[in-house]
Amino acid sequence: MDWMLIAELAVNGVFVGLMYALVSLGMVLIYKTSGIANLAQGAIAMTGGYVAWVLLAGLGAPVWLAIPGALVGMFGFGMLIERVALRRMIGQPVIMTIMLTLGIEIMLRGLLPGVFGASVKRLDIGIPQAPLFVADLLINRATLIGGGISLVLIVASLIFFNSRFGVVMRAVADDQTASWSVGIRVERAIAVAWGLGAVAATAAGILWGSTQGVDWSLSLLLIKALAIAILGGLDSIGGVLIAGVIVGVAESLATGVVDPLVGGGTRDIVAAVIILATLLFKPHGLFGREHIERV
Amino acid sequence: MFYRRAGIRHTRYQDERQLFPLAFDRGLILTVLAVLLAAPILFDRLWLTGYLLPWLIWTSAALGLNLLMGWAGQIHLGYGAVMGIGAYTGVHLVRFGVPLEIAMIAGGIMSAGIGTVFGAAALRMKGIYLAMATLAMQFIVDFVISHNAAISGGTLATLQVPSVRFLGVPLTSDWATYYFALFVCFVITLFMLNVKRTSFGRALAALREKDYAAQILGVSTFRYKLMAFWVSSFIGGVVGTVLAVAYLRAVSPDQFHLELSIQILAMIIVGGLGSVLGPFFGTALILFAPIVLNNMLGSVAATFGLDLPIDMRAHLPLLAYGLLVIGFLLYEPLGLAKLYANFRNYMLVWPFRHAQR
Repeated sequence: MDWMLIAELAVNGVFVGLMYALVSLGMVLIYKTSGIANLAQGAIAMTGGYVAWVLLAGLGAPVWLAIPGALVGMFGFGMLIERVALRRMIGQPVIMTIMLTLGIEIMLRGLLPGVFGASVKRLDIGIPQAPLFVADLLINRATLIGGGISLVLIVASLIFFNSRFGVVMRAVADDQTASWSVGIRVERAIAVAWGLGAVAATAAGILWGSTQGVDWSLSLLLIKALAIAILGGLDSIGGVLIAGVIVGVAESLATGVVDPLVGGGTRDIVAAVIILATLLFKPHGLFGREHIERV
Repeated sequence: MFYRRAGIRHTRYQDERQLFPLAFDRGLILTVLAVLLAAPILFDRLWLTGYLLPWLIWTSAALGLNLLMGWAGQIHLGYGAVMGIGAYTGVHLVRFGVPLEIAMIAGGIMSAGIGTVFGAAALRMKGIYLAMATLAMQFIVDFVISHNAAISGGTLATLQVPSVRFLGVPLTSDWATYYFALFVCFVITLFMLNVKRTSFGRALAALREKDYAAQILGVSTFRYKLMAFWVSSFIGGVVGTVLAVAYLRAVSPDQFHLELSIQILAMIIVGGLGSVLGPFFGTALILFAPIVLNNMLGSVAATFGLDLPIDMRAHLPLLAYGLLVIGFLLYEPLGLAKLYANFRNYMLVWPFRHAQR
């Protein structure tokens, strides 16, 4: 066994996992405030990637303008989804809201490649692709920078939850009716959660788009994001950080170590196995809150 | 108008307990059945094998999923994988020389077994957690099928289905496969119509509404959740075999991906959760709306001289599924079956708006 290879895979896995965690962050934000699992998160990341591509390559905007533009636009898009679709579903069974987000996922996955073409779009945001050597470890510079940005954003959202509006959102997460009765605008908090969720997804979409190109396969980030959200506990932002690292390293090691044994393709099911194992042994994840049902 | 009654007035309990208490409904069902039976004579080959046959098969599959989602209220995002397990089991057995009747049942049992193992996860969780578990199942089953040369013959291989006989009739001609699919669909529909009236069906309904309340009433949620998964996966497995034998005729791993699960899910949402009629409508809409839309767009583009990108037309089905699912969930959560029921209830007492029941 080549320990150098394993160390290299683990280090790269950490950064890749942090980039996955960014998609998952939005999912957790939305679940935390409104109790809706957003299965459209992967497709929103894809939409963010396409929007950034349109601004950069289509309209020729400079990077410093295009990326904030995409983020702001997608914040509005997230709020729009909540306003147009999810708000009507208040009081409907959980099964319906899940199906609705899945419907949005399917629609976006058909719409964007249909309009802009299915070929892979190159998204160049100026991250150098050349690998980086630390001692003997070969580190992918793009994922290093991407992981760093993700880490900053996740920590920023942790800090955000200590701000005034963050406290409001925590109150909504804790008890919607009670927060309503003390004058908190619950709908607005949920809408902002959707907006922030879309922003996190867009950031991930841009980072991934710049490493692997923008096409429909960005929506597959959903599976990794789900694995991270479930493993970390659906309502814990700190959990996202740790679960992201775990999933990233597990996936990286599986690709490097298990693939030669079974003939490839394990990258796609590591996330699925993690989801299933978590649900079987610790359904509320590592840091999630247990729900107690009383009659 | 055609129902010729202002309000429902039965004089005997038997009349009310019938599956179709109204004479007009009975006539309608018999007419539809007669048309379906005479279809090989009435319609040409394209309609028979291109539209009616897939409609019947996909409807059977949707009915199976509807038992789980509509009746028992358990989300399943991996129904395509369940069908895949059935199809591969059935096809392997048929290739091995086992008669199709037994291979179908074996495919169903295999799907039911594996589906229940994953469904057993459902005993610990519900709602979104269950959705995730079944989604994970879809990916794991896909991986196992495509990476196990003993099952699929390799990642890119397809498995030919040999010519088979069902009840002594070789399934080679168009009409034989059509009647085979019609027979399976008929049996499943009959089962679904009647399951509502059994204690099993009532238990599932109680489970769907509130599972711990059902538990307090004495319905064993453990047992009935497992049974719901078992029965639904069994139907999925049988239909998977039928799909492989009667329609695809050669199975490859990519036929049972997430796309199939989403397609069937869309069918029951558009058709109507928890109804028997719904899947028939929903399947028709989901299967044929993209084709019709595509043709319409094509002709519109041709008449106005527009240059429609090929990517747009390729992604039209996904767009249509998504929009249909969103639209129905927002505006008519009970689907096309509910629209039909509204129309029927209106016509029952026509020309009056309301009638004494």
